[in-house]
Amino acid sequence: MTTTADRATTPVGTTPPPTTPPRAKSRFSRTPRTFYWMVVPALVIFFGLHTVPVISGMFFSLTNYAGYGTWDLVGLSNYVNLFQDSRVLSSYAFTFGFAIVSTILVNVIALAIALGLNARIKFKTAFRGVFFIPYILAILIIGYVFNYLFANSFPAIFTSLGFDGLSGNILADPNFAWIGIVIVTVWQAAAFNVILYLAGLQTIPGELYEAAGIDGASSWRQFRSITFPLIGAYFTINMVLSFKSFLQVFDQIVALTNGGPGTSTESIAMVIYRGGFQGGEYGYQMANAVVYLIVIILVSFIQLRFLQRREASI
Amino acid sequence: MSTLTNNEAFVADTAVDAARPRRRRRLDGGNGGINWWLTALIAVCSLTVLIPLYFTVVTALKTPDQLGGTGFELPTSIRWENFADAYQLTNFPRALLNTALITVGAVVLTLATNSLVAYAIARNMHKKFFKGLYFYFLAAIFVPFPIIMLPVVKETALLGIDTPVGLILLYTVYGLSFNIFIFVAYINSIPIELEEAARMDGASTWGVFRKVIFPLLAPMNATVGILTCVWAWNDFLLPLVVLSDPSAQTLPLAQFIFQGQFNTNYTVAFASYLMALAPLLVVYMIAQKWVVSGVMRGSVK
Repeated sequence: MTTTADRATTPVGTTPPPTTPPRAKSRFSRTPRTFYWMVVPALVIFFGLHTVPVISGMFFSLTNYAGYGTWDLVGLSNYVNLFQDSRVLSSYAFTFGFAIVSTILVNVIALAIALGLNARIKFKTAFRGVFFIPYILAILIIGYVFNYLFANSFPAIFTSLGFDGLSGNILADPNFAWIGIVIVTVWQAAAFNVILYLAGLQTIPGELYEAAGIDGASSWRQFRSITFPLIGAYFTINMVLSFKSFLQVFDQIVALTNGGPGTSTESIAMVIYRGGFQGGEYGYQMANAVVYLIVIILVSFIQLRFLQRREASI
Repeated sequence: MSTLTNNEAFVADTAVDAARPRRRRRLDGGNGGINWWLTALIAVCSLTVLIPLYFTVVTALKTPDQLGGTGFELPTSIRWENFADAYQLTNFPRALLNTALITVGAVVLTLATNSLVAYAIARNMHKKFFKGLYFYFLAAIFVPFPIIMLPVVKETALLGIDTPVGLILLYTVYGLSFNIFIFVAYINSIPIELEEAARMDGASTWGVFRKVIFPLLAPMNATVGILTCVWAWNDFLLPLVVLSDPSAQTLPLAQFIFQGQFNTNYTVAFASYLMALAPLLVVYMIAQKWVVSGVMRGSVK
């Protein structure tokens, strides 16, 4: 995020260069107050509806608040208990496993489809339109459709094909239910990533490939040395944002397994939701949410650090 | 999923085609050197998208006794009453109206306010306050919703905005981070001379924003509008936790709440799913090119 943020803040040609602040200042000195009026209400509302909940959540993570009634400060005991709670620990394990597998699959598949759509194929626009459809559909409802497919149709198909090992409902198997969730997630999330990669691919000038072709570079070599480095920024952003959003998985699990069988597919968001709203664990789940926030920030920065080394620009 | 196994070959294959410059492709009249194998491969891949949709449609049209088997067979006799049943059971018109109002409200309020904030920030980035504000808003991109979820429910209940109006406000606020990010990048590319000309003619800062900047933001407004629309229309978790009045429920929420009542009545359930998915699907089919290019524009910075 840092590179793109820097890029966004860098004056693009026409904005006053940072070396001449007096000129820029005089330009706006007539109406600086108006600019403050434009942002202060937004700042107040944003602070009230975003920052205040975060801070109050952090505060309540230090209490034994049940979500109703009275509460006492309990120090860090919620945090200590978190690390001994097998349900919380298994939700972290599930969520991370799910997010890693989904992120890799979504990005590999989306990049492959985007390369295909960027190549010399017929009906480009129509295919592009079809691959984007899942993005506009509610994943909860898609989850209900796939729930039926996993429970009834796929077993029937596999049985008729003679694969008796696959004749059961994958969602009912504690060891494999997560695969069903990954399939639905990838089915939906690939759509958006295809479009992002396609936008990235279209920024690459064709001349580069011409030159590489003259030099006799193979197509795989061209992909590795030209295409992939030049869409590096897109790859970084897609990996970071999709991983972050998959760590918050909720809707599709509600529709597919509702956390089951047992608690084998309970995600972190789901544990916080259930414990906080239904289990009387408001304070405790806020501690869980704070740990989760720290984990997400750490992971995002590690990812950015690691991935940005690979980027190149023209 | 089929793309996964032959992925490497697929990538190598397509790189060959990407190798030809786009300009020449156009001179060929768009017909020369079409890679038909790749077209076929892409067509097969696109079936993974279309088959579940086909399944939803045929199941919604069947009578319960036609279910059985793989379920991919065409219906032998059509039961239109599925839709009428689902319509009544989920109180469809109510949920549709709620969802539409929330979505339209969120889109309008987002476009009107987020672009304004981004404009003020982009034109004052050299000032500490505005720069700090920019990074404050951006930092929120890394804050996951679950940490806000429990406290915001308390807060909206306390403020009496556990209603569709409150939801509109929340979508506008929670979308701000990302929207400012893409608006600011775009405003930086608008020549400041245009504003100066308007200022010479005596326009105020508000006037400059309304008459010069906002119209120039049209492409980005389209992008942000589409993203906000899809998000607000399909969102499940925020309405689930925030809305307290059952009559305020949105389309996805209605599907969730009525799961128990669909029971094993799958054909009615699928009719209900189809009706919930259809409105946005129809809009998308009409404005498909515009939607896709709008989203693509948002990602090129």
